[in-house]
Amino acid sequence: MSSNLDQLYRQVIMDHYKNPRNKGSIEDGALTIDMNNPTCGDRIHLTLQVEDGVVQNAKFDGEGCSISMSSASMMTQAIKGKKIEEALQLSHIFSDMMLGKEYDDSIDLGDIEALNGVAKFPARIKCATLAWKAMEKGVSEEQQ
Amino acid sequence: MLSKEIRSYFPILNQEINGHPLVYLDSGATSQKPVQVIEAIKKYYEFENSNVHRGVHTLGNRATESYEGAREKVRKFINAKSTKEIIFTRGTTTSLNTVAQSYGRANVKEGDEIVITHMEHHSNIIPWQQLAKETGATLKYIDLEADGTLSLEKVRETITDKTKIVSIVYVSNVLGTMNPIKEITQIAHEHGAIMVVDGAQAAPHLKIDVQNLDCDFLAFSGHKMCGPTGIGVLYGKQALLEEMEPIEFGGEMIDFVGLYESTWKELPWKFEGGTPIIAGAIGLAAAIDFLEEIGLDEIEKHEHELAALAMEKMSTVNGLSIYGPVDPSKRAGIVTFNLDDVHPHDVATVLDMSGIAVRAGHHCAQPLMKWLQCTATARASFYLYNTEEDIDRLVEGLRTAKEYFSDVF
Repeated sequence: MSSNLDQLYRQVIMDHYKNPRNKGSIEDGALTIDMNNPTCGDRIHLTLQVEDGVVQNAKFDGEGCSISMSSASMMTQAIKGKKIEEALQLSHIFSDMMLGKEYDDSIDLGDIEALNGVAKFPARIKCATLAWKAMEKGVSEEQQ
Repeated sequence: MLSKEIRSYFPILNQEINGHPLVYLDSGATSQKPVQVIEAIKKYYEFENSNVHRGVHTLGNRATESYEGAREKVRKFINAKSTKEIIFTRGTTTSLNTVAQSYGRANVKEGDEIVITHMEHHSNIIPWQQLAKETGATLKYIDLEADGTLSLEKVRETITDKTKIVSIVYVSNVLGTMNPIKEITQIAHEHGAIMVVDGAQAAPHLKIDVQNLDCDFLAFSGHKMCGPTGIGVLYGKQALLEEMEPIEFGGEMIDFVGLYESTWKELPWKFEGGTPIIAGAIGLAAAIDFLEEIGLDEIEKHEHELAALAMEKMSTVNGLSIYGPVDPSKRAGIVTFNLDDVHPHDVATVLDMSGIAVRAGHHCAQPLMKWLQCTATARASFYLYNTEEDIDRLVEGLRTAKEYFSDVF
């Protein structure tokens, strides 16, 4: 059984869960997105500081399981310093990964790669995508 | 304890999940179905399927007899006075919404009060929130005691002469608390309010006698009591139902239709617009037969014993806390818990890998989660087919979860 679980709960995931990166909230003039997963009660409060089309800073707060919180931590880490288009591209790749589809591996995904085991646990996919959906919502509002 | 033979009536239990024999501990969400129910539905579709109350032909008569026979079975099951008081609905949610929209809109006005508790399921909160918003009435909550029970003192403090509707869950789907419905009904009536009972978690597990409780409305679902999904019941006292307007209009519920005016059928059909849930009602009747053959009192006893055993054995797991009444005799077969440092979703995934199905989340009771000061919990809910071995497997699974997450940290 442990080997199945190990596919899901990789060391990197547990590290992000235990020691979340970018935890907190950007106070001034940031884009604020609150999102929850109504079926399970997970929630995220994401703040993004976007300047000249580039995500300068990203922080999150929230409550949820190891998968949702580690995914939020990894997402904020991944998009910091990226152009909006690049952040959205990452989100697209992540979505494909969750759906178990072939995904663009020409881009270095870093820690995010560790979440690919989630695709085999359909009930947990929504946990992993919550933070990414919040980010997409935020930057699409910024683009408009 | 009930005989383990009962398990053999439930084909679904005889399978492996993730390489382990299935342990189903999510009956609070929906129960499994015995062959008797599956066969009854199959027989209906193979030999009786036809629309009810309209055919001159033989099949139409057969279907009508089975459907109305199911109503009589439900009447007896809850000891209602008449089948006029038994309305088939889609489930508890529809039943409660019917009371709120029909009785509520006609009888609640600005300044009135509607009283519920902090342990309600969303389906017994939102219909009243909406009614309060529409009418300008006030929605009041009865506070819970520290152990998740209701005290009659607080019930008395909250219900006033302004209260028009009291709507309370019989058995909490999270805490397992069994509420003193008969006593609360009496208090509601002393103030001229009507009493609505959410019986979704009660009907499957204990003998309900609506005349003894004296409640005005009772709502429950078929699928939590070995019946199929999509069928439920609204019981209402005849005098109240007679005065109420239907909330769904169309075929089946009409007496005479003119160009600009129509009249309704008599009870209970005026509340059953459209082709009714015929197969569902027949499946529910088979479920009632099945439960009554075993005996509701025996089932209730079995669940108390399982709850007591589960609480005792689960409390040996390090860092595990159980919510709700400490005294197992005060609770139904529902044990809601959390494991220190492990989120309930993660607990549920680890258990699932061992073939054990539990619920994790807010259990459609967000206000109660707030009261418990947590965002989510895990819940094991037991039914007549669960055994002591199931509890042992659960406890073993919880130990594994605890160890697994301590290791990775």
